[in-house]
Amino acid sequence: MDDLNVSKLNLADISVKKKKKTRLQRLKRDFNRGKYVYLMLAPVVLYYLIFHYWPMIGIVISFQDYIPGTGFFESPWVGLKHFTEFFQSFYFWRLMKNTFLINFWLLIFGFPAPIILALLLNEVRAKWFKRGVQTVTYIPHFISIIVIVGIIKDFTATDGMINQLREILGKDSLQFLQFPEYFRTIYVTSDIWQTIGWSSIIYFAALSAVDPNLYEAASIDGAGRFRQMWHITLPALRPTIVIILILTIGNLLSTGFEKILLLYQPLTYETADVISTYVYRKGIEGSSFSFATAVGLFNTVMNFALLIAANRISRKISENSLW
Amino acid sequence: MKYKPTVIDRVFDIFVYITLSLLMVVTFYPLYYIFVASISSVSEIAKHGSFMFWPKGLTFETYQAVFQNSFILKGFRNSIFYVVVGTSINMIFSIFAAYALSRKWLKGRKIIMMMIVLTMFFGGGLIPNFLIVQKLGMFNTVWALLLPGAISAWNVIMMRTYFLGLPDSLEESARIDGANDFQILFKVMLPLAKPILAVMVLFYGVGHWNSWFSASIYLQNRELWPLQMILREILIQGRVADFGGSGATVTHQVAKNLKYATIIVSTIPILLVYPFIQKYFVKGVMLGSLKE
Repeated sequence: MDDLNVSKLNLADISVKKKKKTRLQRLKRDFNRGKYVYLMLAPVVLYYLIFHYWPMIGIVISFQDYIPGTGFFESPWVGLKHFTEFFQSFYFWRLMKNTFLINFWLLIFGFPAPIILALLLNEVRAKWFKRGVQTVTYIPHFISIIVIVGIIKDFTATDGMINQLREILGKDSLQFLQFPEYFRTIYVTSDIWQTIGWSSIIYFAALSAVDPNLYEAASIDGAGRFRQMWHITLPALRPTIVIILILTIGNLLSTGFEKILLLYQPLTYETADVISTYVYRKGIEGSSFSFATAVGLFNTVMNFALLIAANRISRKISENSLW
Repeated sequence: MKYKPTVIDRVFDIFVYITLSLLMVVTFYPLYYIFVASISSVSEIAKHGSFMFWPKGLTFETYQAVFQNSFILKGFRNSIFYVVVGTSINMIFSIFAAYALSRKWLKGRKIIMMMIVLTMFFGGGLIPNFLIVQKLGMFNTVWALLLPGAISAWNVIMMRTYFLGLPDSLEESARIDGANDFQILFKVMLPLAKPILAVMVLFYGVGHWNSWFSASIYLQNRELWPLQMILREILIQGRVADFGGSGATVTHQVAKNLKYATIIVSTIPILLVYPFIQKYFVKGVMLGSLKE
């Protein structure tokens, strides 16, 4: 009896040991199998830790009075001082309004533009014409923002194209970039010019997956070109449109920073100054590191909240979502 | 009964062609005008203004001035350096990341994927990044332009999707032949991934060529400035006088002409590679991004 018990116990013991061993072995085997792949991943992970996750830790300085040249945890803590200072400052509402309005108009006019372009291109039968339109409209995407702003400045100058047209119409020439009321128009119009072609690629790609038989069947059923576009092409684009819309909303408050920085001037701050450019002026030019980080954090959090909200709404309404 | 095109369809067709033609003109004319004006004489530009459809008073003097300018030449050389070295770093990192994250059997790949995707929507922001580049001692060195943006998450996801689309049997048979992962990646996968590699090189390369913001906050030493920084002085800050050649008084018109020529010189390299890679765009974008 005793012997039997002992042997049972031993058996149980052994089986536990065996299981443990196999788990360890499995881990070892998995590691061995992937050792070269982990070697490839090492610099990638290191890069993300240093240049993306370390800065995230650096956000803590927005709760301190950061002393330049020290570590992120060595300066005195001040709680929400910089946030309240920002919320109570004269600039807060102006920045909120400007950031919102520029992006609102960009969303209203800039977002549908490439969709319309893709729809129109889809109606073109002549291959050479299609290619021509694509080749030309992609070009601005590859031109540097410095050159683009240079062109905008040149065309809106007193002796530029727009003022030449105004002269023909008998109107005075205006230095458009010095008037706050024209800034948003200039910004949004030039943005559409820059991005319409390139942004349409993604829709165009989605259309190439549409079965041509659908159009044939529709035309046999007596549907005209416009109805085909409405009932076949547009529904085919819907998932792509929704995803791009969510992504656009999620990046709404951070876009266009470089362009505004190059295009605005103190005379037009009234409508042109947005949160990100304010962070730049305060932080990089003014060296108020903690304050600027707090404002930047506010911007990032707002962005993130917008993304989550857009995703949730879209999941409810259209069953399309990022996650 | 088969549907026959109606009058409305014809009108619709005409509308489509006219709209798209207009779009082409509006997109192309500004660029074309700058080219035309850059090789026209100063007095003709003054006379015709923004409406010139072919060069008048053909001259290449401004280009001579541009190519004799030591700042522009140095900027050009620096930019080529940033493009070549920067893109190489980008490609090595991205290829490794994409290959690793597309190995379905790899333990931990989901966590790392999430770690990468999160950075697309959340980050430390401008100031912490700036402070870290300073802490790392990269301020005022070329590394400040090469390392902080070494990987673009979008591009990694695009390339990863491409790798996921290649058949598993490729990897398996190579492994049976005794190949390790480096050999599988470089000898089996990459030769099959040429379209996506071409698109990546173009995206990263153009990104470096056009980049100016990092240089403007990290580089105080003008000797290291890329061409875009010189362009900023000429086009945005209007400091043309320093670039107008020795002792010459630079009139407003000459300054304008000089601007056009520098725009062309800085944009030509991109427009030269553009047609060769254009055929891959749709392919690349289609493969990438949206599908998980």
